[in-house]
Amino acid sequence: MNLKIKVNGEDWVLDVAPADTLLDVLRERIGIKSPKIGCERGDCGSCTILMDGRTIRSCLVLAVEADDHDITTVEGISYEGISELQTLFLENNSFQCGFCTPGIVLSATELLEHNPNPTRHDVQEALAGNLCRCTGYEPIIDAVLAAGRGGTE
Amino acid sequence: MVIANEFDYRRPATLAEATEILTNHTGSVRILAGGTDLVAWLRDDAIAPDLVVDIKNVPGLNDLRLDGNDLHIGALVTFTDLIESDVVNEHAPLLAEMSETVASQGIRNRATMVGNICSAVPSCDAGPVLLAYDTTVHVTGPDGDRTIDINEWFVGLRQTARTDDEVVTHLTIALRSHGGVYVKLMRYGGEDLAQAAVGIIAYPDHEYRVAFGAVAPTPIRSARIEEALRGKPLDDALVAEVVAMVRDEITPITDMRASAEYRTHMTEVMLKRGLVAATERLAGAGPAYGTRLI
Ligand code: FES
Ligand code: FES
Repeated sequence: MNLKIKVNGEDWVLDVAPADTLLDVLRERIGIKSPKIGCERGDCGSCTILMDGRTIRSCLVLAVEADDHDITTVEGISYEGISELQTLFLENNSFQCGFCTPGIVLSATELLEHNPNPTRHDVQEALAGNLCRCTGYEPIIDAVLAAGRGGTE
Repeated sequence: MVIANEFDYRRPATLAEATEILTNHTGSVRILAGGTDLVAWLRDDAIAPDLVVDIKNVPGLNDLRLDGNDLHIGALVTFTDLIESDVVNEHAPLLAEMSETVASQGIRNRATMVGNICSAVPSCDAGPVLLAYDTTVHVTGPDGDRTIDINEWFVGLRQTARTDDEVVTHLTIALRSHGGVYVKLMRYGGEDLAQAAVGIIAYPDHEYRVAFGAVAPTPIRSARIEEALRGKPLDDALVAEVVAMVRDEITPITDMRASAEYRTHMTEVMLKRGLVAATERLAGAGPAYGTRLI
């Protein structure tokens, strides 16, 4: 089937099968590897991307469903240098292996877009579906809180 | 891991086209809305349809509005839509309270409340709340439109009163002054299904609706408990009386998420706290909507 999507500002037209997931098409056909293959059942959040500005789990979306939609991955928010949020992830040691990081950065980006000054509870709720096996979460929450305060403590 | 089952995919532009596709198709078919259950089930090989009909391009199905006293919730309204809706927060904040407990942000952005009751798993969060609201389900099919009382909707494990060639277009809830509560027991936030859940609505003059989730093959109402509560001011003795009925009303199972005993005990605790909170909320007091009672 014909699939027309915008990925990080670039238009793509591809021929895909109905059973292809968006996650697989992004990684294998378009070559964007930041959405990770984790649980593939909606539980871990590592495949998180933005569709029309809202986070979705690309493992639970058929590629054909994304027809005519606008996709942003972590690459898309980093073309002109990394974002302030990403800088704060570096400063706060908010990742170790980094497997969860693209998904978490996008979930936090969505949160800050809708709620520029989140409380710790807001951050915990927004990231509750993004699992991290390395950091213990606290450094991640600290970075997002710092971004909410405009990068200051 | 890929989806092994091959299927055709159609994306009708109108309800009439959707009905025509569903009516003329002879094999197994599934309707796709948010897809958060459907795609997971396809990947698990739990279902193997030869046709998937995506209704996301059908206009009008994402309406969320108040028609007089009727809250109209279209088939494509997501849990995030409900949480962010002014109409919902003003007139039926119970729906937002329930929606906030569903999975994670990324799922709520996609998953629809109608899809939740169409999947009809025992733990579906919308089930107890929509039962308590005496919701009307509106479907359309080859023989035209019809309505289904939510109390007739859940007919078995993952089975509903909708036939394969019908599409749910929307739900309506006849609103009147009420206080509601949704209490959900889960192991952790962010993704977990309910181990047990209670949905309660308190109406004026000591009238209650009481429903349970994840403690029977479908979400269920308890007519016995509602009858025992009717017309009597809620006090400790009355709460104790109905809490003692819980064991006979539910049929929980033991599985990897909880034992039957634990589910039963916690359902009793949640009913007790929920009845008090719903009654207080009816009076304009009590814990703010969204406060976790457990
Ligand atoms: S890979 Fe999609 S949520 Fe885990
Ligand atoms: S940094 Fe390793 S999973 Fe989060």
